[in-house]
Amino acid sequence: MDATRIDGEEVLKLEEVSVWLSGRQVLREISFTLRAAEMTGLIGSNGAGKTTIFRVILGLQRASEGRIWMSGRTRSGRQPAIGYVPQTVVLDPDMPLRARDVVGLGLDGQRIGIPLPSRHRRQLIDEMLQQVDATHFANARVGRLSGGEQRRILIAHALISRPALLLLDEPLINLDIRSEHEVVALLSRIAKEQRIAVLISAHDMNPLLPAMDRIIYVAGGRTASGTTEEVVQTEVLSKLYGRQVDVIRLRNRVLVVSGSDETSATDHEHAHAIADPGLV
Amino acid sequence: MFSGFMVTTWLAATMVAVVAGVLGFFIVLRGAAFIAHAVPNGAFAGAAAASLLGLSSLLGLGIFAVGGALSISWLSRRGRHDVVTALALVLMLGLGALFLSMSEEYASEMFSLLFGDVVGVSSAELLPILGLGVACVAATLVLFRPLMLSSVMPDAGDARGVRAGRMEVCFVLLVALATTMTVPIVGAFLMFSLMIAPAAAARSLTARPELAMGLAVGIALLIVWMSIALSYLSGWPIGFFVGMLGASSYGVARGFASYLQSRPTQRQVASEPIG
Amino acid sequence: MGFVFGPGFFQSSPVQVALIVGTVVSVVSGVVGVFTVVRGQSFTGHALADLGATGGSGAFLLGVNQLLGFVAIAAVAAGAIELVGLRRPRGRDLATGVVLGAGLGLAALFLYLDTTFSNTTGASITILFGSLFAIDSSLVPVIVALSVISLGTVLVLYRMLLFSSLSSDMAAARAVPVRAVGVGYLVALALAVSLSAMTIGAVLSTALLIGPAACALRLTRRPGPALALAALIGVVVTWLSILLAYDSYYWPPGGRGWPVSFFVVALVFTFYLLTQVPVRGWFPRRDPGRSSANRRLEGR
Repeated sequence: MDATRIDGEEVLKLEEVSVWLSGRQVLREISFTLRAAEMTGLIGSNGAGKTTIFRVILGLQRASEGRIWMSGRTRSGRQPAIGYVPQTVVLDPDMPLRARDVVGLGLDGQRIGIPLPSRHRRQLIDEMLQQVDATHFANARVGRLSGGEQRRILIAHALISRPALLLLDEPLINLDIRSEHEVVALLSRIAKEQRIAVLISAHDMNPLLPAMDRIIYVAGGRTASGTTEEVVQTEVLSKLYGRQVDVIRLRNRVLVVSGSDETSATDHEHAHAIADPGLV
Repeated sequence: MFSGFMVTTWLAATMVAVVAGVLGFFIVLRGAAFIAHAVPNGAFAGAAAASLLGLSSLLGLGIFAVGGALSISWLSRRGRHDVVTALALVLMLGLGALFLSMSEEYASEMFSLLFGDVVGVSSAELLPILGLGVACVAATLVLFRPLMLSSVMPDAGDARGVRAGRMEVCFVLLVALATTMTVPIVGAFLMFSLMIAPAAAARSLTARPELAMGLAVGIALLIVWMSIALSYLSGWPIGFFVGMLGASSYGVARGFASYLQSRPTQRQVASEPIG
Repeated sequence: MGFVFGPGFFQSSPVQVALIVGTVVSVVSGVVGVFTVVRGQSFTGHALADLGATGGSGAFLLGVNQLLGFVAIAAVAAGAIELVGLRRPRGRDLATGVVLGAGLGLAALFLYLDTTFSNTTGASITILFGSLFAIDSSLVPVIVALSVISLGTVLVLYRMLLFSSLSSDMAAARAVPVRAVGVGYLVALALAVSLSAMTIGAVLSTALLIGPAACALRLTRRPGPALALAALIGVVVTWLSILLAYDSYYWPPGGRGWPVSFFVVALVFTFYLLTQVPVRGWFPRRDPGRSSANRRLEGR
């Protein structure tokens, strides 16, 4: 399945999607488009609706309203054309899987029976390991790798099936600063080289700023999407939150701070959007 | 039912229930259900060995229970413990089976050790059991606060000078002592039920520690008394009644607790996490 | 050679049956056991095995073969586990423990009734601790068939099982039917546990399930070799146990022989300790968490 996509081609489109869970409206008429070779950040705090959006895209959660449109046709049900790296994968240190075995599962883990050894398969795996710079620990037990190394292996796993769309749920959590940079640079490069639409969710947009082409800002189940300049503005975000927030640009960093009449935000390191239970 | 040798049983059983309730509270709190399964199996092997050698089974129970408890505690600190403790547990059972196979009274002896015996305690053993019980309860009450601290917040406990490792050893030893006195009456296989079910039932009814412990003791007493009476009358094994009554009491407690929760109260706070 | 193999070893018919059944069962247990350990479901396996005692003793009471009892109850229990699903781990353990208590209590009752009504005292021993040498040869085809089903299920689901054990989220995203795979695995587990309960008893069958598997996981880091090694270790342990049990007829106290199941659990435990020795020291450092972090810093 070779990538015959062109840069900027639409890969995924959500139109007016709403989701109700346990009587509560978790997503409200959200719309956005993901395009090939673009890296998009899905930014919002916990509880804003990021994971639900992922589940809707993956087909694990049905949308109560709205349409989801993927690569030229309306999607119903799940398709294996999406690579997915979840937030937490608890890996038992005794798990009998090497890093390369995990990547191999990305090729054919959904098939019945035992895989026959084939040179072609091994070659594909080796290439993918090289792409994510994981060759030197390819034969180590996956449960013994560091957090950053495991992330890279999971990314390789998601990419090896040549998806058109790559979803990563909070891939930067618990990584040190250097690993953060490495992962972001890696994803950006892969997006451009393989013309994949990459969607990364995070609660802090700052590590992604250098590489992010577009941003989808989520608050209280609503979204605002566009370029960073368009979306991360006081007026836009205030409208999204339904109350006054301020966007402060400090050197290369962006801080989103809630209005002056409330306890103001948060630490300096992370742009922090306060999820107000009243909005949900 | 209340005369002669049964007096011994009633007295011993009452002591056993109190200990089970008190210690069971901590077992459930610490999530140490596995220990409650494992130590009795070691004790079983000890009793079988003692029976083979013609020694007091209480002695065999005690030695193996303490030895097994300490080994488990040591092994569990070496990392992945669930596999090795499971294997050790099973090994103890296998040893017990071996020892019993060598003795004459294979089947009946094995049965009473595993599933309990109304006449499991001889009058000579009554005093040691009562003594053990008192010691157990006293030790637990004395150590109540440090045990609570190290069970609920081990790091905070460490900071206050209550070393979690030391508490673990103490705790496991207490379980060993409790095992020694409980197995003759209730049986090795069902002892864990007496330790866990009343405490689990109590916990689902109240979160206050003293009340939970008291409730656990009360439920355990009820279970033990009813089991002895029913076993005496029907001839059926005590273990059967202990297991069934334990499960029933847990079920009833859970049912009652959810009934209480479903009733609207004023202080119902939205405790769901946001999103 | 006559010293190692007691007289009449190879000609003895019970021994031949024991070898066939033991081999087949230990292969299945080893393979299924690897997935059990990896999925962290050792306690489930243990609970299924203990409940097997209830099924076996109940079957005996009904005059039905105990294998049927083992399988029936294991299937019911596995179904219940699947229905109840996975809630908070701690709550689940407590509930499982309490249910196990009721089940074992029932086993106590059934075994008691078995002995009183059938006037044989052998039932308890057979059901709890196994009877590898007393298996009726007519049962062998059934045992082999059930083993093939269990093993076959695991092999057919091999990749999907590995994938969903790694992460059920990721597998679900790739259209793996995680729920169905879980059910299939539970069926294989129920069968494996029942079969090994036939050979070494309900109470001890956990050893054959997780012991060889745990050894294999320490020795290799690849899935295929782990399965093969687990099966191999299981078979070796079983053969040795059969041999030792046969020879022990002449050991003290004489005339009776030591139980096969004892040798199995003892050998399994020994093998496991042997796999531990080269890698870790006997005495832990003060902070085990730090030592593994140290290893990563060293670039392992």
